[in-house]
Amino acid sequence: MGPLSKGNPVIVQILGICSALAVTAQLKPAFVMMASVTVVTAFANLIMSLLRKGVPGRIRIIVQLVVIAFLVILVDQVLKAYVYDVSKQLSVYVGLIITNCILMGRVEAFALGHKPWPSFVDGLANGVGYGLILLMLGFVRELLGSGSLWGFRVIPEAWYIQNGGFYANNGLMMLPPMALILVGIIIWVHRSAKSNKDLIEK
Amino acid sequence: METLNIFIRSIFIDNMVFAYFFGMCSYIAVSKSVKTANGLGLAVIFVMTVTVILNWLFNEYILKPGALGWLNPDWAVGGAHTVDLSFLSFIVFIAVIAAFTQIVEMVVEKFAPALYNQLGIFLPLIAVNCAIMGASLFMQERAYDSVVKATGFGLGSGIGWWLAIVMMAAIRERLEYSEIPAPLRGPGITFIITGLMGVAFMTFLGISL
Repeated sequence: MGPLSKGNPVIVQILGICSALAVTAQLKPAFVMMASVTVVTAFANLIMSLLRKGVPGRIRIIVQLVVIAFLVILVDQVLKAYVYDVSKQLSVYVGLIITNCILMGRVEAFALGHKPWPSFVDGLANGVGYGLILLMLGFVRELLGSGSLWGFRVIPEAWYIQNGGFYANNGLMMLPPMALILVGIIIWVHRSAKSNKDLIEK
Repeated sequence: METLNIFIRSIFIDNMVFAYFFGMCSYIAVSKSVKTANGLGLAVIFVMTVTVILNWLFNEYILKPGALGWLNPDWAVGGAHTVDLSFLSFIVFIAVIAAFTQIVEMVVEKFAPALYNQLGIFLPLIAVNCAIMGASLFMQERAYDSVVKATGFGLGSGIGWWLAIVMMAAIRERLEYSEIPAPLRGPGITFIITGLMGVAFMTFLGISL
C-alpha cells in the first residue's frame, strides 16, 4: 500500500513529473497514460528482477533502457491500434515513458534486489500511485478548465455567460503552469495530514 | 533566418520546462544551488545539441518511411516495397543517447579530469533526463527538413532548459531565508514557483516569429 500515499512516486519520491503534468488537461488521456505506465512499470520490474543475477553492474543501465524501450514500443503500437485519437493527443509523451524516472527509479531501487513477484507488485502499486495523482489532476483540470469530464458535459450549457448564464470556464486550468501549481497544492495538502508529518523537510 | 526563429522559439516560447515539463525530475532534484545547476545545465545543452543532430541523421536516413531509399530505390516512398522502420525510433533514440553520454563520460574522464569533476557526475543522470529524449522526439514529430534547423532546435531547447534551472536555483537559494509553511517546504514550493515562472514565460506567447 506504500506507493499509494506514503511513498507515492509523484508527490513524495518526485519521480515521473513530466508526463504527470503534460497529459492531464483532460481525464481520458490521463487514464490511458496511467494504464500504460502501470503496465510498463510492472513488467519492467518483473523482467529486470528475473535478469538481475545475469546482468553485470556496469551495463545494467543500457539493459534496463532496452527492456523498457521494448515494452514502451509494444504499448505504443497497441495504443495506435485501438485508441488512435488518444495516442495522437499523447504524442511524444508515450515515447517519454522510456525516460520516465519512475521506471528507472523502481528498477534500480527495488527490482534489482528483490524476487520477481514482489517486484511485479511493486511496479503495479507505483503505477497506480502515479495514476491516482494523474486522475486527480485530470479531474480538476478538465472540470474547471472545460466544464466536462471524460469528454461529457458536466456544467450545463445554459449556465455559460454567452448563453445568458453566470459561469465561465477557467482557461488558466488548461495551461501548463496551472498543472505545476496544482501539484504543489496536492503536495501541501498531503503533507499537512497528521500521518504524513514525517515527510516535511527540515 | 528560419533557423534563428526556431532557435529563439525553443528558448523562450516552447521552453522545455515551462511549456512541456521536460526534465522535471532532475530539475527539481538538482536546483538547490546555482553552481551545480549551472553544471548540469551546460552538460544538458551539449548532450542535447549533439544527440538531436545524431538522431536527426538516424531518422532521416534509416527510420522514417522510405528513408532507406538511398540503399535501394525499391525501398523509397512510392517504391515497390516501401520500408517503414519508424516503430524502432524509440529504441534507436534512447540507444544513441545512452551510448553518447557513456562515450562523453569516458572521453572527458580521460582527457579533462578537471571538467570531469565538474560535469562528470551529471552525465549518467542525463541519459535518463526526459528533456533529451523529448527533444529528439519533438524533432521527429515536427519533421525539420534540414540538419541546420534541427541543430538550432536542439541548441535552443538546451539553452532554454539551462536558463530555467539556473533561474530556479537562484530563487531557491533565496528561499532558504524565507518562512514557508512547513508542509510546503522543498518540492511543494518549488512546483508552485515553477508554475508562476511558467505564467511569466507565457507572456512570450504573443510573439510571432
